[in-house]
Amino acid sequence: MAMPAAEIEALIKAALPDAEIEIRDLAGDGDHYAAHVVSSAFAGKGRVQQHKLVYEALGGRMGGELHALQLTTAVPN
Amino acid sequence: MSDANERLSRIVNDHDVVLFMKGTPLFPQCGFSSRAVAILEHCGIDFESVDVLQDMEIRQGIKAFSDWPTIPQLYVKGEFVGGSDIMMEMYESGELQQLLTEKDVAKAS
Repeated sequence: MAMPAAEIEALIKAALPDAEIEIRDLAGDGDHYAAHVVSSAFAGKGRVQQHKLVYEALGGRMGGELHALQLTTAVPN
Repeated sequence: MSDANERLSRIVNDHDVVLFMKGTPLFPQCGFSSRAVAILEHCGIDFESVDVLQDMEIRQGIKAFSDWPTIPQLYVKGEFVGGSDIMMEMYESGELQQLLTEKDVAKAS
């Protein structure tokens, strides 16, 4: 059920084109990631809504194909 | 409303703080659930935990109920707060403790 980091980044970019994305492969196994996503699309939204935008970008893979993605989100400074 | 939604509404409204998790607070079955339990324990509050691994209807139903794809999930006074990443961010910034105080959630005895 592994998913390459580049694919995660591409999916997020497709939905949030201005996003700055940092992805770390936590265990080196292509299955446990941490992502930090910065996008102006998050402005004025609460954390739950911000995370939902990223989950939507991943198109249902979250919780399935992509088991472990620690997520933090922020609005650009 | 489906049976699962009715059950879930009842659970989140019957308890001040509910954590839907994999496993139990004593034996969490996933690192994210374990982290969520640790955060609530640090906050020193009583919470109800629901082991989704023991109940397929709840396990599937909670994702649609909250419109959130992963477990754990935290509810306070019937409102969805977030998953373990959001809990951690809120805990580190003090927002979680503030929310629990504002919502007048009972401290663990």
